[in-house]
Amino acid sequence: LRMAAAGAAGQEKQLAPTLLSFFIYNPKLGPKEGEEEKKILFYHPNEVEKNEKIRNVGLCEAIVQFTRTFSPTKPAKSLHTQKNRQFFHEPEENFWMVMVVRNPIIEKHKDGKPVYEYQEEELLDKVYSSVLQQCYSMYKLFNGTFLRAMEDGGVKVLKERLEKFFHRYLQTLHLQSCDLLDVFCGISFFPLDKMTYLKIQSFINRMEESLNIVKYTAFLYNDQLIWSGLEQDDMRILYKYLTTSLFPRHMEPELAGRDSPIRAEMPGNLQHYGRFLTGPLNLNDPETKCRFPKIFVNTDDTYEELHLIVYKNLTSAFSLPDTASIPPTLEFCRKLDSIVGPQLTVLASDICEQYNINKRISGAEKEPQFKFIYFNHMNLAEKSTIHMRKTPSVSLASVHPDLMKILGDINSDFSRVDEDEEIIVKAMSDYWVVGKKSDQRELYVILNQKNVNLIEVNEEVKKLCATQFNNIFFLD
Amino acid sequence: MGRDPPGPAEDEAPGAAAAAAGAAGREGGGEEGEGRARGGAEAGGCYLALCARPVQFEKANPVNCVFFDEANKQVFAVRSGGATGVVVKGLEDRNPISFRMEDKGEVKCIKFSLGNKILAVQRTLKSVDFLNFIPDSPQLEYTQECKTKNANILGFCWTSSTEIVFITDQGIEFYQVLPEKRSLKLLKNQSINVNWYMYCPESSVILLSTTVLGNVLQPFYFKSGTMAKLSKFEIELPAAPKSSKLSLSERDIAMATIYGQLYVLYLRHHSRTSNSTGAEVVLYHLLREGSCKKTHILKLNRTGKFALNVVDNLVVVHHQDTETSVIFDIKLKGEFDGSTTIHQFVLPPRSIQPYQIPVAGPASVTSQAPVPCKLYSSSWIVFQPDIIISASEGYLWSLQVKLEPVVNLLLDKGKLMDFLLQRKECKMVILSVCSQMLSEPERGSLSVIATVFDKLNQEYKKYLEAEQSYTMVVETGLSRSNPLLKRPVRTQAVIDQSDMYTHVLSVFTEKKEAPHKFTIAVLMEYIRSLNQFQIAVQHYLYELVIKTLVQHNLFYMLHQFLQYHVLSDSKPLACLLLSLESIYPPAHQLSLDMLKRLSTANDEIVEVLLSKHQVLAALRFIRGIGGHDSISARKFLDAAKQAEDEMLFYTIFRFFEQRNQRLRGNPSFTPGEHCEEHVTFFKQVFGEHALMKPTTF
Repeated sequence: LRMAAAGAAGQEKQLAPTLLSFFIYNPKLGPKEGEEEKKILFYHPNEVEKNEKIRNVGLCEAIVQFTRTFSPTKPAKSLHTQKNRQFFHEPEENFWMVMVVRNPIIEKHKDGKPVYEYQEEELLDKVYSSVLQQCYSMYKLFNGTFLRAMEDGGVKVLKERLEKFFHRYLQTLHLQSCDLLDVFCGISFFPLDKMTYLKIQSFINRMEESLNIVKYTAFLYNDQLIWSGLEQDDMRILYKYLTTSLFPRHMEPELAGRDSPIRAEMPGNLQHYGRFLTGPLNLNDPETKCRFPKIFVNTDDTYEELHLIVYKNLTSAFSLPDTASIPPTLEFCRKLDSIVGPQLTVLASDICEQYNINKRISGAEKEPQFKFIYFNHMNLAEKSTIHMRKTPSVSLASVHPDLMKILGDINSDFSRVDEDEEIIVKAMSDYWVVGKKSDQRELYVILNQKNVNLIEVNEEVKKLCATQFNNIFFLD
Repeated sequence: MGRDPPGPAEDEAPGAAAAAAGAAGREGGGEEGEGRARGGAEAGGCYLALCARPVQFEKANPVNCVFFDEANKQVFAVRSGGATGVVVKGLEDRNPISFRMEDKGEVKCIKFSLGNKILAVQRTLKSVDFLNFIPDSPQLEYTQECKTKNANILGFCWTSSTEIVFITDQGIEFYQVLPEKRSLKLLKNQSINVNWYMYCPESSVILLSTTVLGNVLQPFYFKSGTMAKLSKFEIELPAAPKSSKLSLSERDIAMATIYGQLYVLYLRHHSRTSNSTGAEVVLYHLLREGSCKKTHILKLNRTGKFALNVVDNLVVVHHQDTETSVIFDIKLKGEFDGSTTIHQFVLPPRSIQPYQIPVAGPASVTSQAPVPCKLYSSSWIVFQPDIIISASEGYLWSLQVKLEPVVNLLLDKGKLMDFLLQRKECKMVILSVCSQMLSEPERGSLSVIATVFDKLNQEYKKYLEAEQSYTMVVETGLSRSNPLLKRPVRTQAVIDQSDMYTHVLSVFTEKKEAPHKFTIAVLMEYIRSLNQFQIAVQHYLYELVIKTLVQHNLFYMLHQFLQYHVLSDSKPLACLLLSLESIYPPAHQLSLDMLKRLSTANDEIVEVLLSKHQVLAALRFIRGIGGHDSISARKFLDAAKQAEDEMLFYTIFRFFEQRNQRLRGNPSFTPGEHCEEHVTFFKQVFGEHALMKPTTF
């Protein structure tokens, strides 16, 4: 009963893991002795003294070089030390990203003096490696590849872009609340019947036809994805941006509702509630700026530069990146608003109605509430009843961190083998944690029932599978 | 129409304008329109044509009288009162009937009963003569005088093979002809003052013009020996007539069946409303029960001489002054004023397609070029529903509607579909419209394409539903109690998935000229439309979608479609997915999911798993569904051995030993299971002692 113990002890204080440093370097940029500083493309915190920066970069370089002798294709990914952990990632050839995270600490008081106990084994490699990889993906989404920046304007441009992006982005990393979901970086799909889905398809196709500069469309409802015209990997990171950053930032006016003064300030939106989350704020103001963020997709292949237009209508939102050559004009925005706005309102109410019907039919409300996380590697579908609604900064797990850590451990076990597996763990108090892997799917269930045995736990999980996953091939 | 056919015109020269006088028939009243451009043939896109094989007869001349019978659609050429021969030619039966009859005076009217059984000839105002054409029946003529004293016979019409109606100026007389007795039996008569009459053979309705003005019409309906008087109705005349003389001419009235309903068509030369000057056709819907209702007004927007035809449920109005015709479709949307619907013509006015008369002459001079036929000639006589006769030239045509030219005249594709779907011979035209709107240069927008698909599928669904309810009635045995039940007719307007696939979609996807985005959007739009009308989508359409997506490497799109079950589950689809696994690995998972949902494909699931050497997974699956007692041990052991995993083989082998023990009380395999080589292999690897010992009690 660690939770209780932590509370009772009183003097004990847990200090969450924090970001110590984050840097990006390319060893080829300063190969000669004395020019080591040239290798460093970005270093956080910037205040660190130059020699220390060089020393740290050199150390990482040496570790990677050293481990490469044992495993030429898979050099070291992380380095464990008592006080911290370092994660290495080489997203593009010779470009290395390093993230140093301080281990969580328990602060105890002995004889009135604080004593720090570093918890070396608390952090999960997979979770933080994934966080590091996402840092790169997010950078690439808005800036393109490192290499492209070098081609555009050499080291100088790359450094500027890195500085501009990571300076803000690193502040949004909430390392203390990273967990299994960061490993998956999945997409939550909105369940929908075939007919409504086809209507949406039809709507998107017609909209793309009439607004012919729109190249791809993604359609979301309730922060859940329904359709993506983008490829999976691009959608994955865009989805993360939309749901964890852009949408939450615009949540407040939404919650204010239709009668709020905010609405009243937006004339011209009488028939529908559509508005731009990127781009112009007020379509009736000719002075308004039509600036849309650029994004980069298909970087391995066609390398497309697009404008990200996010248009939202109460609960259904969608983004329409389009070709970047000419930025969309205000006139275009108005056209989009007039075409899409009213139709989207109709569709949204269709979806909502269908959703309520489905909920009634399946009796979803009556079902026993299992706490589970589901992930499918094939389509990145993710479903969690453990996490509360995502906020701008964090996605909060509603269970004890220790249980989350067990989930992470099971996940690490799963990724080591290809076979289907099932792991059942008896956790503290009356908790059981079950992990199942079937083909490319993973399911983690947390049960809390008094005095149950292994067989009963197994039965419970079977019940869950029968109700939640009866239409997929999921081995019992 | 009972009135005697196009006047015998004995005293007129062929082609003389006077021919129209006796025959003006349906050509309409006399107002001359303002001077206007002639023709319209040069404008192209003629959507009306005369049939290619007309009935040719000897042209009317002083010794040859020509008559037309609307009921049998036959032309009678009577030479010298019949003495030198009567030749009867029909539009339907091409073999002419020739006979001679005694010349007993001028023939006023001559008609066969239905089935050419009895010939009726009117030569005087008081009586009609009959002649049997039934083999082995008396061949002598017999006569029937009209019963009403001092009445003059206006004409007669056959309502069946042996029933005839005389229309006199004082009423109607309904007779049964008894050919064996050479006599007639009066079935019923009715006194009423008659100005003129009209007969619609299709519906067996005779319309009588009564009252002084002639605008009160009294319909009678005849069926197997019975005569029913329907409620009379009044035709609204354009303006209150000044004098009390006959104000409604039969030339301005026609009867025709349109969309299965009987209508009286009235050609009103002046609209009642003062603000519009053009003539109009007013449609009165004639019901067997209840009163006749004015339902539609067809705006002609012009004045002059008109004639009406009804072809393929379209009202065709010919205008002699401009030598053009227009068509109306009362099923198309019009302007509804609360009681009547006002229609404008569907297509711009066009002339009937130019027609060449083949020159008949001595064989030696056949090289002579064919002569163009004078269209809209004043010697033309028009009959319902679709007959045009040129008495002076000796031709009878049926009028036809050509659908191909319509495609380029009706640019609104939705309206075009509404129009085409109501036409008899529409299928190939509709399919070509579909193909056309999917390819350059006339590619339609997706919303237009969606509209067209929806219209097609609405019609398709209507048929499926009718078919389904018919099948249900038949299966439940209720059909015996309902003798009227008929299998629904599949018209050409029913364009099903296989038609669309064969003629439109597969061709379109193969052409590859359109961007793939458009191709996929079209396929999805068709599937959306089918779903909207709750029509089960055929597997080959899904296959087409998958093929197209795979060709363009759009696997993620495919994945999403499958995820939302847009492509419905089926074994063939699951197998198709399995075949994609090598180029798109997640197809394996999608396929297995699909097989699982089908719940009838458990054997396939086991096969798929075994083929991937997932022997344990296969065994767990089959055990999960309770089928592990009947599976073949050999199949699993084979797969386990191929997996080259000794522990796996051991596990599987042990499982089946235990099954043998449980089912037969002995762990060893029976010879029928053909597992000898596996037992040998097991012993080789794990030793004989590892074999399970039989449990004895």
